[in-house]
Amino acid sequence: MMLQAHQLSCARGDRSLFNGLSFEIKPGEALWVSGSNGSGKTSLLRLLCGLTQPEEGTVSWNGRNIRTLREDFHRDLLYVGHAAAVKDDLTAWENVAMVSRLSGQPCSQGDALEALDQVGLLSKAGLPTRALSQGQRKRVALARLALKPTPKLTVLDEPFNALDQTSIHRLSDTLNQHMASGGMVVYTTHQPQSLRPSRLHQLDLNQASSSC
Amino acid sequence: MLKVLGGVIQRDLVLAFRRRSDVLTTVFFFVIVTTLFPLGVGPEAELLRAMAPGIVWVAALLASMLSLGRLFALDLADGTLEQLVLSAEPLTVIVVGKVVAHWLVSGLPLVILSPLLAVQFGLASDAIAVLSASLLIGTPVLSLFGAVGAALTLGVRGGGVLVSLLVLPLCVPVLIFGSGAVGAQASGLGSSAHLQLLGGVFAGAAVLTPWATAAALRIALE
Repeated sequence: MMLQAHQLSCARGDRSLFNGLSFEIKPGEALWVSGSNGSGKTSLLRLLCGLTQPEEGTVSWNGRNIRTLREDFHRDLLYVGHAAAVKDDLTAWENVAMVSRLSGQPCSQGDALEALDQVGLLSKAGLPTRALSQGQRKRVALARLALKPTPKLTVLDEPFNALDQTSIHRLSDTLNQHMASGGMVVYTTHQPQSLRPSRLHQLDLNQASSSC
Repeated sequence: MLKVLGGVIQRDLVLAFRRRSDVLTTVFFFVIVTTLFPLGVGPEAELLRAMAPGIVWVAALLASMLSLGRLFALDLADGTLEQLVLSAEPLTVIVVGKVVAHWLVSGLPLVILSPLLAVQFGLASDAIAVLSASLLIGTPVLSLFGAVGAALTLGVRGGGVLVSLLVLPLCVPVLIFGSGAVGAQASGLGSSAHLQLLGGVFAGAAVLTPWATAAALRIALE
């Protein structure tokens, strides 16, 4: 299992965001993408998931281009983006259950409740998410990380945003466990975090040069 | 694969049920438009009978346009569409699920209500049966074509108008065969030819449009 980016370039309109980006992430490792607002962090994460196509370069998973793998790659991927994919009209546990079912890994009500318990939202599980705060909605979206089996590669866009201290610790613990069992994490954040991967790759898009 | 298909249908039906007013808008629009015609035209039975299939079909066509905007727009806004594209099952299957759910919510009620509405035009019972049958085959086609239009206009400003401009011309054959079936039945020719052509359009659309919709959704997310 390995995620490889080779000479990635991305442009938005006429403006080039980054050029010639290459890195390699192996099991147990993490990639921290940092950079100022508008430097292309989200664009890079979307490229890595295959939601957008790079101008140049390729992203490969186990040595094969993710464009040809598509569903096979999606099976190993969990992406939580800026938009939380949380439906206002559904209750918290329904949201967890439905999203995981749509992504092709159905889970029972019990599993969903357990996942919500892990993010400290068990008491709110029966409430429609429209009644929850911003941070709580984010936690509903992140509850998917607690479902087993966790996909090998998790790509998280600003996962720590809007979370309180306790939730940040919980999330860090979950991610550390995930990496300890051979998972890979790609994430963006502005705050320094306490993730303990076997090896942390750091990518500052302001300098657009990889330290790996 | 079937699990995901069922999951999409179930999710969309639950969401539609929690937002009943949106669903009822479509149904009430259909009922009111078809009811206004006899009131406006007057009580001449012969005239109403001749106009009935056309009116019911045009009303069904416009009613199905009303709900198209919601088909993918809400999922795009809250990020669910990204998750759907990244699903471990093919996007085409998910699109089929969404179209089925859309039809169950906005097409099937029209089919069920049409016999009742046809009575006020003084249609004979066999003509009413043909009208309902033509709607039963035709409304899924409207949902299938509509999904392509909705996906293509996703995130476009003024998408609501654009989707009508895109989809309505495509639906002209459905309208012609659908309302023509009733006329053919009344004139003694039999409606089977029209209904079979309608079925052919349905089969073609069912095979081709989910792919087109899935491709359009991928482009919309780029």
